[in-house]
Amino acid sequence: MTRKQRRAAFIASGVAVLTAAALLVMIAFRGSIVFFHTPSDIAENKIPAGVRFRLGGLVAKGSVKHRDGALVEFSVTDTLATVLVTHRGVLPDLFREGQGVVAEGTLAPGGVFEAETVLAKHDETYMPPEVAKALEAKGVKLGAGATHDTGSKGEKVE
Amino acid sequence: MIIELGHFALILALVVATVQMIVPAWGARVGEPRMMSLAEPAAVSQLVLILIAFLALVHAYVTSDFSVANVAENSHSTKPLLYRISGVWGNHEGSMVLWVLILALFGAAVAVFGGNLPATLKANVLAVQASIAVAFCLFIIVTSNPFERIDPPPFDGRGLNPILQDPALAFHPPFLYAGYVGFSMAFSFAIAALIEGRTDAAWARWVRPWTLAAWMCLTIGIAMGSWWAYYELGWGGFWFWDPVENASFMPWLAGTALLHSALVMEKREALKVWTTLLAILTFSLSLMGTFLVRSGVLTSVHAFAVDPRRGVFVLAIMVLFTGGGLALFALRARQLAQGGIFAPISREGGLVLNNILLTTSCATVLIGTLYPLALEASTGEKISVGAPYFNLTFGLLMLPLLIALPFGPFLAWKRGDVRGAAQRLLAAALLALGAIVAAAAVFERGPWLAPFGLAIGVWVMAGAVSELLFRVKLGQTPMAEARRRLASLPRSAFGTTAAHFGVGLMMVGIVATSAYRSELILVMKPGDRAEIAGHELAFRGAAPGKGPNYTERVGLIDVYRGGARVSELAPAKRLYDAPAQQTSEAGIYASWRGDLYAVLGDQQPDGGIAVRIYFNPLVRCIWIGAIIMFMGGAVSLSDRRLRIGAPVRARRRVAAAPAE
Repeated sequence: MTRKQRRAAFIASGVAVLTAAALLVMIAFRGSIVFFHTPSDIAENKIPAGVRFRLGGLVAKGSVKHRDGALVEFSVTDTLATVLVTHRGVLPDLFREGQGVVAEGTLAPGGVFEAETVLAKHDETYMPPEVAKALEAKGVKLGAGATHDTGSKGEKVE
Repeated sequence: MIIELGHFALILALVVATVQMIVPAWGARVGEPRMMSLAEPAAVSQLVLILIAFLALVHAYVTSDFSVANVAENSHSTKPLLYRISGVWGNHEGSMVLWVLILALFGAAVAVFGGNLPATLKANVLAVQASIAVAFCLFIIVTSNPFERIDPPPFDGRGLNPILQDPALAFHPPFLYAGYVGFSMAFSFAIAALIEGRTDAAWARWVRPWTLAAWMCLTIGIAMGSWWAYYELGWGGFWFWDPVENASFMPWLAGTALLHSALVMEKREALKVWTTLLAILTFSLSLMGTFLVRSGVLTSVHAFAVDPRRGVFVLAIMVLFTGGGLALFALRARQLAQGGIFAPISREGGLVLNNILLTTSCATVLIGTLYPLALEASTGEKISVGAPYFNLTFGLLMLPLLIALPFGPFLAWKRGDVRGAAQRLLAAALLALGAIVAAAAVFERGPWLAPFGLAIGVWVMAGAVSELLFRVKLGQTPMAEARRRLASLPRSAFGTTAAHFGVGLMMVGIVATSAYRSELILVMKPGDRAEIAGHELAFRGAAPGKGPNYTERVGLIDVYRGGARVSELAPAKRLYDAPAQQTSEAGIYASWRGDLYAVLGDQQPDGGIAVRIYFNPLVRCIWIGAIIMFMGGAVSLSDRRLRIGAPVRARRRVAAAPAE
């Protein structure tokens, strides 16, 4: 095998692997990208039931209720609309009423958001940036320090 | 006073690095030995100066000097000593000082141990290394100065995020940086080679141990981070495909590829151009990791735009070095002479396949990490790319690599024999088949693909061991002869076997814990019992406790197995004093079958406590695998042959194929 043929063989196998990888990337992007929405997006009926997405907003004051079997209920609001969220499991340490939260899950047919994961960050004053930006976009005024960022890894709770 | 000394030392280091960047390179160009020889004392004094700066900062932390803004913002007088020290690199500014310290350490190592390097190569390498130091010292002094004072000093500091007050995380950044920054050596050597327009086996011989050392540190650093996330974030997972994790994982993938291609270059003088390119790309990915983590671009493109000074600076450094390196590569790569010819089926061919798959999988991780940023920057649409994406793309690309892996070491250089290799791997294949049957029998539930995943892990492990056994001709020769052969094998042969075995073990751990994990979420009151994966748990209740700088509530859970009490779990919820912040401490009972893992939740209105319990089968194999990989690297690094500068061509061909 000459040098040229060898090189051609290697380039061909490289291209083959890259093509396969590109196909995989496209398939994976189609299936596994998760969008971010706020409660008002849900109120505007933008999201069909069963689609997985991230819901961000503030935990409504006085809305957290512990039900049987580690089931937790709370409301997420962007002050324009409110969505009831249910979550089976343990909430993150920094989960507080009045604080920002990002929950990932699906909308049940009745309009209740069933969260599989609830994310919070490690700072008292922290507001997830996507929440802060979404709220700003909706014209909600935020207090100082709301977008303070610690740069640390997010905490996730299933 | 000491802090000003440190500040001054850092500025002086910048000056020294600037001289080291210009003079030796110029000397190499005009052939002036005295100018070239300036590089060595410059590299050593640069290290000393940065060490002084670093120690001054450590001193400020240890003595809790809150007149230093950086200390006041990130430390607290009640913190234990270990975390006061690790607090130095627990923040942006301090971690950058650690970054340049490690950079200087590598540079000084070349200056001190590089006695057998050609003079011009050494001068150029140290000059390139110094240019990186110039960029980052400037970055620290201009945008992230840890030596700034505040007046008046606060009474006490704001404290380190309690979640970072952890032994594994105390040592995670130094190892990670040693890995990141260690790849700068490969970069400097590649640039120096391109400047000189030639590379040879001696060059590869020099690059390989540095790359190996960096790779080892990065391996253990990533493993520590994953271990920390496992028990500290209280979510029982070992890897989240978080962009911060990917930032360190991408250089690791590229570095692994570089390690293998440098081998081809050293042994066969082939793949020179590719290895040079890979060396540039690997360090570029390290720089990108630094950019992603340090600029705040990950938390949001928006946050980055608000205070872009640091981000833009690191981005400029990244563009300068990556762009400059690639431009030089485009100009000069043609001059690198072609090396030995080999057939597609050969050791070289196998290593090329390794490189193709590793770099491609690295590219898919890169796309998954950057795409959300690009999309948000361009359209404002916010998305998240999570584990499903990476499992599908990265996971599928790893499969052929792991299946092909055991063949590699069995193939001869230049022209290999797949059938011969396959025959020798028969035992490994049978073991893998046995693993499928055993897994299907033991774990009745779970995805049908999982037994095959476990089998691939066993295949890699058994393949690695059988390669060693065939080399000592176990069973074919008398025991004494086999033992003699074992003793005379080069250390790097053991290193290869260990590293590959570690990969297989890790694969087993990842598949087992991902596919067969059990989970239980329930509210428990004192006296309540629960059952998970063959363990019976009895909740005794929660009791208050107190640590050096926190108070906690500890839940006590007795663990029974077959009626006998084997252990207890003590998950806790901690409230730290400064900053006042709550964290969860997982209670873990480790056995060889797997980890029993409990996290405490909220107090319920009826007096019970929410508890989340996992059983993660074989999860420790992941980190043990990483440790074995690390040790494989260490054994290989101790091989004498790696420390000899120039290859000895005339040496008698050893009967067995060379190592690795």
